[in-house]
Parts: sequence; structure tokens; C-alpha cells
Amino acid sequence: RACADVFQWATLRMERGAREKNQQLYKPYSNGIIAKELVSLEQEIQEVRRSGIPAPEPEFDMSDIFSFCRRGVESIVDDEVTKRFTAEELESWNLLTRSNYNFHHISTRLTVLWGVGVLVRYAILLPLRVTLAFTGVGLLVVLTSLIGLLPNGWVKSSLSEKAHLMCYRICVRALTAIITYHDSENKPKNGGICVANHTSPIDVIILASDGCYAMVGQVHGGLMGVIQRAMLKACPHIWFERSEVKDRHLVAKRLSDHVADKTKLPILIFPEGTCINNTSVMMFKKGSFEIGCTVYPVAIKYDPRFGDAFWNSSKFGMVNYLLHMMSSWGVVCSVWYLPPMRREEGEDAVQFANRVKAAIARKGGLADLLWDGGLKREKVKKVFKEEQQKMYSKVLVGVSEDSHGSEVVRGPALE
Amino acid sequence: MIVVLSRSMTILLLLKVFFCFSAVSHSQITRLYSRFHSLDKGENGALSREDFQRIPELAINPLGDRIINAFFPEGEDQVNFRGFMRTLAHFRPVEDNEKNKDPNSGEPLNSRNNKLLFAFRLYDLDRDDKISRDELLQVLRMMVGVNISDEQLGSIADRTIQEADTNGDMSISFSEFIKVLEKVDVEQKMSIRFLH
Repeated sequence: RACADVFQWATLRMERGAREKNQQLYKPYSNGIIAKELVSLEQEIQEVRRSGIPAPEPEFDMSDIFSFCRRGVESIVDDEVTKRFTAEELESWNLLTRSNYNFHHISTRLTVLWGVGVLVRYAILLPLRVTLAFTGVGLLVVLTSLIGLLPNGWVKSSLSEKAHLMCYRICVRALTAIITYHDSENKPKNGGICVANHTSPIDVIILASDGCYAMVGQVHGGLMGVIQRAMLKACPHIWFERSEVKDRHLVAKRLSDHVADKTKLPILIFPEGTCINNTSVMMFKKGSFEIGCTVYPVAIKYDPRFGDAFWNSSKFGMVNYLLHMMSSWGVVCSVWYLPPMRREEGEDAVQFANRVKAAIARKGGLADLLWDGGLKREKVKKVFKEEQQKMYSKVLVGVSEDSHGSEVVRGPALE
Repeated sequence: MIVVLSRSMTILLLLKVFFCFSAVSHSQITRLYSRFHSLDKGENGALSREDFQRIPELAINPLGDRIINAFFPEGEDQVNFRGFMRTLAHFRPVEDNEKNKDPNSGEPLNSRNNKLLFAFRLYDLDRDDKISRDELLQVLRMMVGVNISDEQLGSIADRTIQEADTNGDMSISFSEFIKVLEKVDVEQKMSIRFLH
């Protein structure tokens, strides 16, 4: 697209300008700053022992701490988790100051171009989009309320489908989202659950403009509440009271009841539980995978050059975020529908969740991480540190479980 | 972002003048400043212990607390960017020094000796230049958690001190420490290589 070429030109121009002035540009590197060891910590510590004569009794090597120490400092310089909770850094500049670290006057031509860009985005695109957004939402509320008056039946559901699709498509235009859907033959069907990676609330609009889903979420007050109640009239969604969210059995029961009814639409769930910045897929919460029905995985990947879709909820509120979205160039994303998956014999919910997560990560070209997205706000659980300690103890003394099967680590007899 | 840039420009100027530790490249400093800034949630130009503990991979490291401690000078709760860089400078690969032989700078922070001293200080909490049995036990306990009994851990510690102690004072001095580790490739184990 013409836009992308303009961006490339802009970046090259900036680099050339900087070199002429002999200044250093801050170049973002998305692949990490430092070279990390490819062997695991366990192997590294064992290597020290293997090189010597195996001692009859557990030996503590004072150099063991080097490995722990270095890895600790490596994680201070660059770690896998914290960088997922801020917007991705771009290699080329997309004429939006908000995503640029280097903006100072390099060339008149570039500044003029940027100025034109600002004008176009704020004076032309933004008002247009806001109007469309209001129209879309307003229509949604009005139409669904009207349809809610009809008796349940085939007419109602097909009308509801058309109304929903139309309103979501208007909203998509409001964001100028250019979406490419791949493999539509795998689109989710009734009686299943659709899972996708989560980057922003816009994910919902993107998926819902191509198919009808039952939404899951908390009941909100205010405008959101009005929208939720209206949608509920036209077709069954699952809205939870805040108090009900804590009760996992209740949640699971409602979900499985919905799925069991084949006339109801597939449920849309984001198992990560929070917004991640679209460079990786983090741990899937196992709740939705315990229900035992068909899972339709969907991978969503945004093209960051046209506008960063990630919602950093600790930095920006919802309105701020929507304004950002509507005043950037647009949203370009790809949606891949993956073939449906079922839980296999002997696979528990966690393994199934990880399998689905790996498939989504592979398709979308995202990193597959085991870390919990909840780490955005909470501290990491102590149990992971205990695992590291257990691993080291094993290397130190060798594990031997006694006859009761307890985890006491004992080495050969002491003096 | 523009704010980050102007602050970093001043800091870079400062660093160029005062950074006498070892030649760190411009882009590396900028990268590390950006990292420092992203860890600094309070945006006050200094990191506290909580800022470090927010890194999950560090929080699960058994020696995490000791490593964090190494960044903070005696009795202080905040570390600024200069202090941050100073501690990280210990981990620069040794080969880089060959290119910049500066007779005035004294022993660089990332020499083998200074790397060993950094590790020694992880054990030696009270800074008396000796690793006592208790200090060794503390570190061992941090690394194994609850998985090894007190008696067994005690005997491991005793054995370690026996092997290292040459002057019979039942503790490990820095020179004894160096001797024990003379065959270990400290330079490689305690170095972090930048990709660019």
C-alpha cells in the first residue's frame, strides 16, 4: 500500500539526516538487546559437575552462584514479560509522534509531511469516524431493542444476526479497519467456544463483524450497560454480575448450559484475561477449556505500522484509547480461523489450553509464552521460585524419594 | 517519548564526560537508559527495590534479593542511572577492553578480579571481607529452599569451607575465594553480550 511506502521513505530520510548531523538515532530492536544462553540453568550447573570426577557426597561449587547471578542480571537488562505490557516498538516510523522516540527537526520535507498527516488525521478522518461510531452504536441499541419485541423464533434470530452484523460493520468503518479473514471455512459454529488472543477491546468488533457470537463479560453500568441490555434482548449473551465472577462453578455451569443448547451462538472468550501487546500469547486460563466442547481457535495479528492497537489500560482510559485509535491511520489486521480442536483422551485442561495457545501463536507469528498475563498487575507466585530451588537441590544432592513418596531430598549416607 | 529523549540527551552528555569505567557504546547506553526508564514506574529518575521485584524472571530467581541489593549503595533505597550502569558494567565481556587500553582508568570494573569481587559480595553481607559459615549457610538456604535438611546443608557448608580455607580461620577470605575458582571461566560466566 502507498502508505507503507511513505513510512519507509520517512524512516530512511530520518536516518540519513541523523547520519549527516553525526547524531545517533535510537533504534528499537524487537528481538532483544542481549544474547542469552541457549542452555537451561539446570544444564549449566550440571556441566560444572560433569567435567570433574563425580564426588561421592554432595558438593557445593562456589561457582554455581555465577549462573544464577548472571541470569538475574540478564533479566534486569531484558526480560520476556514486562515488555509485553507496553506498546511494541517499530522499526520504521509511521508519522505518528506518539510512537517515535526521535522526533526532532531533521528535514523540512519530513516535518511538512508530518504536518499534513496531522491535518488529515485530525481534521478529516477523526470527525468522520466519530460520527460513524455514534451511528453504529446507536443503531445497535435501537435495532436490538426493536427485535427484542418479536417472539422467539427463526425470524427473530435471522433478523438479529443481520442487525448485529450491520452495526458491527459500521463500527469497523468507524475505525477504518482493513481486515483480512483467512480460512473462513473454519468459522466457529453453534455449540462451540471461540478463543482468540487479546490485544484490545476492538478485537470483539473485528470478530463480530464477520460472524455472530455470544459475548461473555461483566455487567457494566452507564452506556456499556445500556448496550449490553439491548443486545441481550435480541439474542442470548452471557453477562455476569461482578459477584458471580468469583464463583468459578457458576461461571462454568452457565457456559456449559449455553454450549449445550445448539440453537445458541458460539461463545467468544479471550482466555488470556487481559490485553497483551500483540507480540506474544500469554498463558491461557484453563476455565474455558474445562467445559469439554469444541474449541475454535482464532489468531488476530495487527499490523503495527498503521496504528498501535494495544490498549495499555494502566496508562490510558477507554475514551482516550478510542480517540487514539480513531486518529491514527487505521487498523490493519489479519484474522486466521484455525481448524476446530477438541480435548483429547488423557489430556487435562491445562495441556489442552497450552496446545491451543501454541497453535494460535504459530499461526499469528507471535511468541508463545508460559507466563501469566495477570503479571501485568500482580506479583509472580512464589511457587515458581520454589521450583527453581527444587531444581537446584536436585542437582546438588540428587533426589531420592523415600518409601512414603514424599518430596524429601536425601543424598547418600552422611558421615 | 519526546520527554524521554531530551532527558536522555542530557544524561548522554554527562555520561560521555564522566563515564570512565569502560567504553560502552552510545547505542548501548541509550538502550539501557530506555530500559531504566521503563522499569522506573514512579518516573522519578531512580529505581527502588520494588521496581526490580516487578520483573518476574528476577523475582523467581533464588538469589534475586541479593542481586537487587548489589545495585544499591550502602544504606540507600534508590539507585540512579549512573549507579545502575556502574553495577551493570561489571558484566561487560572482558575482550572489549583490549580495544581501549587506557592507563589512567585503573582496573576496569569488568576485570576478572572485579567480577569475582562482585560475586564475593553476594555472599559477604556484612562486608568484613570474609565469608563466614553463617553467611555461606544463608546463601545455600536461599538457593535450595526447603528441600534440604539443616544438618545436611550444614555439612555441605562445612565441607566447602574445609576445602577452601587455607589459613584455618574457618571462613573464606577473598584470596581463598579466588584460589578456589582459579580454574573456572569467570569471564564467560559473568558476562553479558550485547547483540548490537
